Amino acid sequence: MECYLDNSATTRCSERAAETVNKVLLSDYGNPSSLHNKGMEAENYIKEARSAVAKSLKCKENCICFTSGGSESNNLAIFGSLFANKRLGKHIITTEVEHAAVYSPMKKLQEMGYEVSFLKVDPWGKIDLVELESLIREDTALVSIMHVNNEIGTIEPIEEAAKLVHKLNPNTIFHCDAIQSYGKLPLYPGRIGVDLMSVSGHKIHAPKGSGFLYIKEGLKMEPLIYGGGHENGLRSGTENVPAIAGLSCAVEEMFKEDHTKKLCKLKAEFIKRIIETEGISVNGVKAEIINEIKGSDPVDEKLIDKLIEEKEDFGAFHIVSVSAEGVRAEVLLHALEEEGVYCSAGSACSSNRPAISRTLLAIGLDEKLLDSTVRFSFSIYTTVDEILYACEKINEIIPRLNKYTRK
Amino acid sequence: MEKAVIIKYSEIGVKGKNRHLFEEALVRRIEDVLSKVGDGFKVTRPQGRIFVESEDGSDFDFEDVKEALLKVFGIQEFALCHVTKDDGTEALAKELVDFLKEQYEGEVFSFKVNTRRARKNYPLESMELSALMGEKILDAFPEWKVDVHDPELIVHIEIRDKINYYAKSYQGLRGLPNGTGGRAMLLLSGGIDSPVAGYMMAKRGIVLDAVYFHAPPYTSERAKQKVVDLAKQVAAYSGEIRLHVVNFTDIQLAIYEKCPHDELTIIMRRYMMRIAEDFAGQDGAMALITGESVGQVASQTIQSLNCTNEVCKLPVFRPLIGFDKQDIIDISQQIETYETSILPYEDCCTIFVAKHPVTKPRAERIRASERKLDDVIDELYKTAIETTETIVIN
Repeated sequence: MECYLDNSATTRCSERAAETVNKVLLSDYGNPSSLHNKGMEAENYIKEARSAVAKSLKCKENCICFTSGGSESNNLAIFGSLFANKRLGKHIITTEVEHAAVYSPMKKLQEMGYEVSFLKVDPWGKIDLVELESLIREDTALVSIMHVNNEIGTIEPIEEAAKLVHKLNPNTIFHCDAIQSYGKLPLYPGRIGVDLMSVSGHKIHAPKGSGFLYIKEGLKMEPLIYGGGHENGLRSGTENVPAIAGLSCAVEEMFKEDHTKKLCKLKAEFIKRIIETEGISVNGVKAEIINEIKGSDPVDEKLIDKLIEEKEDFGAFHIVSVSAEGVRAEVLLHALEEEGVYCSAGSACSSNRPAISRTLLAIGLDEKLLDSTVRFSFSIYTTVDEILYACEKINEIIPRLNKYTRK
Repeated sequence: MEKAVIIKYSEIGVKGKNRHLFEEALVRRIEDVLSKVGDGFKVTRPQGRIFVESEDGSDFDFEDVKEALLKVFGIQEFALCHVTKDDGTEALAKELVDFLKEQYEGEVFSFKVNTRRARKNYPLESMELSALMGEKILDAFPEWKVDVHDPELIVHIEIRDKINYYAKSYQGLRGLPNGTGGRAMLLLSGGIDSPVAGYMMAKRGIVLDAVYFHAPPYTSERAKQKVVDLAKQVAAYSGEIRLHVVNFTDIQLAIYEKCPHDELTIIMRRYMMRIAEDFAGQDGAMALITGESVGQVASQTIQSLNCTNEVCKLPVFRPLIGFDKQDIIDISQQIETYETSILPYEDCCTIFVAKHPVTKPRAERIRASERKLDDVIDELYKTAIETTETIVIN
């Protein structure tokens, strides 16, 4: 059985999206800027996509700027807004647990003379609004906070943070990296004071190389790529029409129905089974919640409703971070791979180049678990059967691997 | 005027009656590497030289040929050479000057002209022709100087049926042509040393087969891919390599469970040697090759080497035995395996490495420890051999 539980790395492209990409590449291959009707056909795909995306965010179409994906969206959001609004100041606030596509730009900005404050997180990965409040200054130009942590699934209080920031400094720009949450947790940037929001296509079954940035109407932005003035001058380069058309299909499918219950059940079933194995712990979920799951047999509607209500403490429904004491993450990953179960390891297996996860360090994970942590991530197409199969394999493999540790 | 590449070969020159075997092997290898550059090359072997021309006299890209020849063992040096009809000395001088202008316009050298007269009925003697052409070159390049003892540039003229002339030559790899030294089995890991060891033995004309020990899930598919990539890089010099990928996990786990931990590595190495020797027998290889270097790690002390050596009957070639790490790294950079070797994909099997491995193992003790594997090892060994995947790398 193939059981792909690495959907936060990337997802399988939806069939409809893939067919559309194929059609655009082979039949409707015009350049949207061309004056003939091949060009117009292509332009129509972009228009439709912009409309679908805008609908999903309950915003205007002119707020959407298509990009090549999450990293570009984050870079454009951060550099583009700061460079266009230099008079706002040179202070930035972000968190210790951001994805590299936010963290690396921050490091670059430090080199360029910006002052960056990094918010700490609690043992479950959550920022402290009191700390945020204390850091906001008159010259704070940008605050960038992720919605869902890509490694442990923590949901950050974006709405409260955005409101707080704007209350204390109405000029500060608020950016949210929503790459892991888009399509899985509702977030309507325009309604809660988020000025910029990054999204990646391939995390939601769209083709790789697609994505967009939400930009609040009227916010001044500077492009990173100059040229023919596409995307309102913000992102030059012939539009990636096939990818954008594919993204449009994927967005429609993603937002057709609410997947909350389904994903929540997957996570509850998963946790319930794996914590039976000795040495296993789940990161980013409070102990009370784990106990509730343990105590509920089977996982029923009541539990699911409760978990959804307590999602702030349960974390995003599609990400589970698991530590297995004494087992090296990469060995576990490969052993699972042999059974057709795919997950990801937080840090690369290498003694000479330790790539320890910043997020796991930030939540103060026990040192001996840093290299023993793997992430399972689900998609809306993951089935309960797959989860049961994966758990069975995990519970089989971990004791076996635990027999062999370095002596 | 036509283009050709003139190739001078190295040690082959001193081999006695077997000389033609070496020359033929070199020609075959050159044909082989050129077949990857393109069709239509003709490789001939007149009078102690190898010539590369295009079959129909058409032009070819010398840079491509140069890249290919720089990976062939047995070449002393080679040069791009022009071949022209004998239309008298005036015509020759003009062509020669044009050739030098094209290659060296604006540069200044001390030089000499070296003539070789294979066709003895040519009207001028070698020295006379050299002197005459030297004058003409000086006329065209007034800033150049003649230096017959230590010139910066030697302009070669060879009088045969036609006349060849060339100047700039490129140093080859030397060594012996591929396939003249028999076959040997390389123990290839993903590290820096073993590809270099393979390269060095291939340079002595040895055909390589290789064996890699794969330990899933402790080593990943990427680690295996890395070894395949390394084998490809070595094969660019050595020619085709048959790579045996042995699934070694169960043997390792058995050793882990039953033998003392400080002896894990040494016992593991002994089984690797045994398996390598088995495959050597199957492939007709007459030696093993390892990348060991005295004292580099616990399993490479002189005592450990004795211990691993005693399990095989074939000679074990260790070309790096007296090399410092940096010397090995230098060669790996030169043959471009270094960047691949340092990719970090293989440390997952650290559980099989004791924190304090023995550095001075005694063979009797190791043998005694190995006897603890008696009930399981034959079966595991057989399975490892039977499930081996062989990949032909070219």
